[in-house]
Amino acid sequence: MTEIIMAVIPVVIVGIICAAVLVVASKLMAVEENEKFPVIRQCLPGANCGACGFAGCDGYAKALCDNPDTPINLCIPGADNVAKQLSEILGVEFADVAEQIAVVHCSGDCTHTQDKYIYQGIESCAAAKLLYGGKGSCTYGCMGLGDCANACPQNAISVIANAAVINPVDCVGCGLCTRTCPNGLISLVTDTKNVVVTCSNHDKGAVTRKYCFNGCIGCKKCERVCPLNAIKVIDNVAVIDYKKCPDCPNFGICAENCTTGCIKISDLHGLHSVK
Amino acid sequence: MTKFIIILLSAVFINNYVLSRFLGICPFLGVSKKLDSATGMSLAVIFVMLMATAVTFPIQKYLLEPNNLVYLQTIVFILVIAALVQLVEIVLKKYIPSLHKSLGVYLPLITTNCAVLGVTILNIDEGYNFAEAMVNALGSGLGFFLAMVMFSGVRSTIEGSDIPESFKGLPITLIAAAITSLSFMGFGGVIENLFA
Repeated sequence: MTEIIMAVIPVVIVGIICAAVLVVASKLMAVEENEKFPVIRQCLPGANCGACGFAGCDGYAKALCDNPDTPINLCIPGADNVAKQLSEILGVEFADVAEQIAVVHCSGDCTHTQDKYIYQGIESCAAAKLLYGGKGSCTYGCMGLGDCANACPQNAISVIANAAVINPVDCVGCGLCTRTCPNGLISLVTDTKNVVVTCSNHDKGAVTRKYCFNGCIGCKKCERVCPLNAIKVIDNVAVIDYKKCPDCPNFGICAENCTTGCIKISDLHGLHSVK
Repeated sequence: MTKFIIILLSAVFINNYVLSRFLGICPFLGVSKKLDSATGMSLAVIFVMLMATAVTFPIQKYLLEPNNLVYLQTIVFILVIAALVQLVEIVLKKYIPSLHKSLGVYLPLITTNCAVLGVTILNIDEGYNFAEAMVNALGSGLGFFLAMVMFSGVRSTIEGSDIPESFKGLPITLIAAAITSLSFMGFGGVIENLFA
């Protein structure tokens, strides 16, 4: 019996000393965790897309906890729904999220353009771009190897006839594709009725025409018909100032008058989806 | 002095805990993917090894041996090491949260890391005195550090190379570990003869 007690007592003593040290340490070095953090993190979609400008959803949730001035309407994939929940949790006023949808500024699919060589390398636009600016005759256009489709967390992008096509219903506007495209063809627009220039070719009109029947030739007709001077042909391609666009009294006139049909009306209204 | 150097160098190179004794393989394979987390993990292990030796050595000499309780060695040592690891975790969480996050589950796994327990028990078995035991613990920790840093370099090279499909992932990692270990066999007998 004494042997058993003699064995148990030292172990118990060692255990108690260890426990005491741990208790003291955990009291002294306690990390304060904001109790709102897990709740806020739960609301965010978890796509970690970085559209809010923070390092993933964790980063945004942390910023919301730590800094009361952080806007609650930064989560574009989560849209109004998330902003509403955040305003309830944090007790701040609701702010509308400017929902956005990605659009591709190129319509040069394989029926309108030609390849200048047969590409047999890695299936990646970034790799193909390194070889004479891409396989297509138009070096500004979509290469159709799907870097954007691979980057898309919602599988909203598909490559159809060698050109990227975005399904606006699935797009959450995170903007990952805009940063992936080596030619910078994708940008985000608000999810309202829009006119979109579907060409990014900076070559002179005649050269563009030779490469692609859908290309912008920089004829400036849109510039002349636009009642608000919202369109400017810069470097041989039409650029729309979307700040002026919503007030247009004659919406769609630029698209109707476009010589090559590269300005298109895209009705994205209400298509921004919340997953 | 020569004895300390011999103990230190043989713990680092000849009896390297990971590559010669095959102890502590779990973090060796688990955390060696990136250099910074490998370094962090090794530093944590060095710290725990030193602390564990400093605490378990007196326990062995002044608590277990006088009371004929040497058979409790394993359980008491594990208890002490577990508490120490917990302490390290609290400290890291407070002062280096990023390292705490990147170590993840491997930090609590130091608790049952056989390298740490191995150091404390082998110190006793080798009949070292306190100073020698501390030097051996430092050497073992440094050996672990060396193995981790070397292997993280090997792994980053593996990551960038073209490997047959069936070797990808763990198989090639284990093969690389085996070859790294093989290279350490070359140190056998070197250190003793340095001072002969």
